Amino acid sequence: MRDGHPAGLRPWSLEEVAGHVARDLPAGAYVNIGIGLPTLVPRQIPAGREVVLHSENGMLGIGPPPVPGGEDPELIDAGKNPATMVPGGCYFSHNEAFVMITGGHLDVTVLGAFQVSQSGDLANWAMPGQKLPAVGGAMDLAAGARRVVVMTRHTTRDGELKLVSECSYPLTARAVVRRVYTDLATLDISRDQFVVAEAAPGLEPGYLKEVTGGELAWPG
Amino acid sequence: MSACHSREGVIDKRASTALEAIAGVRDGATILVGGFGESGVPYRLIDALLEQGCTDLTVVANNAGSGERGVAALLRARRVRRLICSYPRSSGSVWFEKRYAEGTVELEVIPQGTLSERIRAAGAGIPAFYTPTGAGTELCAGRETRRFGGRDYLLEHALPGDVALIRARRADRWGNLIYHSVARNYGPTMAAAAALTVAEVSEPIAEPGDLDPEHIVTPGIYVDRVVYEPVPLPEGP
Repeated sequence: MRDGHPAGLRPWSLEEVAGHVARDLPAGAYVNIGIGLPTLVPRQIPAGREVVLHSENGMLGIGPPPVPGGEDPELIDAGKNPATMVPGGCYFSHNEAFVMITGGHLDVTVLGAFQVSQSGDLANWAMPGQKLPAVGGAMDLAAGARRVVVMTRHTTRDGELKLVSECSYPLTARAVVRRVYTDLATLDISRDQFVVAEAAPGLEPGYLKEVTGGELAWPG
Repeated sequence: MSACHSREGVIDKRASTALEAIAGVRDGATILVGGFGESGVPYRLIDALLEQGCTDLTVVANNAGSGERGVAALLRARRVRRLICSYPRSSGSVWFEKRYAEGTVELEVIPQGTLSERIRAAGAGIPAFYTPTGAGTELCAGRETRRFGGRDYLLEHALPGDVALIRARRADRWGNLIYHSVARNYGPTMAAAAALTVAEVSEPIAEPGDLDPEHIVTPGIYVDRVVYEPVPLPEGP
């Protein structure tokens, strides 16, 4: 797909997409970053902007990855990678971490996706026919965070659509996604359509329509 | 509840070995096992279960174990009949994948917050609750659904254990516990949810009053036995 882009289109790099997500995280926000592409987001948060990162295994205030040799084998993030804590962070039980999630205390969660529908349905936990299901905290985050946004490539590497009219993959939650950040565009989900908020340089409406399932609006 | 040693009039929940700490665990028991990934896993207590020989277990844990120790060792030794967990698909979950593929272990996958809350509800004496998590998904199909304030919620039932095995950093002989960072994870919740709760700790067991009451995370009322058996953490997968 990537090679099949029209001449003149310059898709954003994944770092740039992560930068778009980070730009929209306000100071003071409590944010859960999902596994996969969203893990690129924290390093794009501007220095000095205090955004508090939540980990569902029981921590607020995740810091940058530890320096080599500085790992604590029991201090890990939700992706089970070695973690650190920033000053002001705190630990709590796993159960309390989910009180924060389903209780609506998280301002934003940034999740990866297999598919997002025009009505904001999210499919990000299982592929059809997958032998071994594993859900983790995906359904809790999608159902509980005040604002659910998705960071994803606009299509799969094979060119299959990820922004669709109806998800064909098993759902994580219904009607929860508010904004999708891709390498081609940032799109809000509003009244059963994808509404372009920002487009990659050289993106033409006709091509965006080709690579986006579901209703598409491009105001202005 | 069932203190190991009974000096006259004195609460002493210390067990001298991990094997003694898990005494009485029976075949067919439901065992809540603390830990998230390799963090907070009661490895020594699980080793003792293996040594003691109980089998046909239902294990409730966040993950399906990885490498050769912990829940993975129970699976390898075919002691687990049923696994209730949230995320069984982890790198290094070789023994789970093997047993699952050969059809010798049943699997129930539950959203993580629902798993945790089902255990909490058991500890709080609440038989069931409604949660927004999983509503409208096929994973949670078949649950009783009820609408509150225009939104669908699923009925979920409490998940108690016969036994809870957890890991903490410090304990006193009354069973009060303090944890180490995110190794706390399921410990405080599972401690309240089982008929017999056993904690292994990585520092020598203190006397009452040695732990700052402002810092105690799990009150000893939930804890039946504590054992100090320092154990090196396993190598990563």
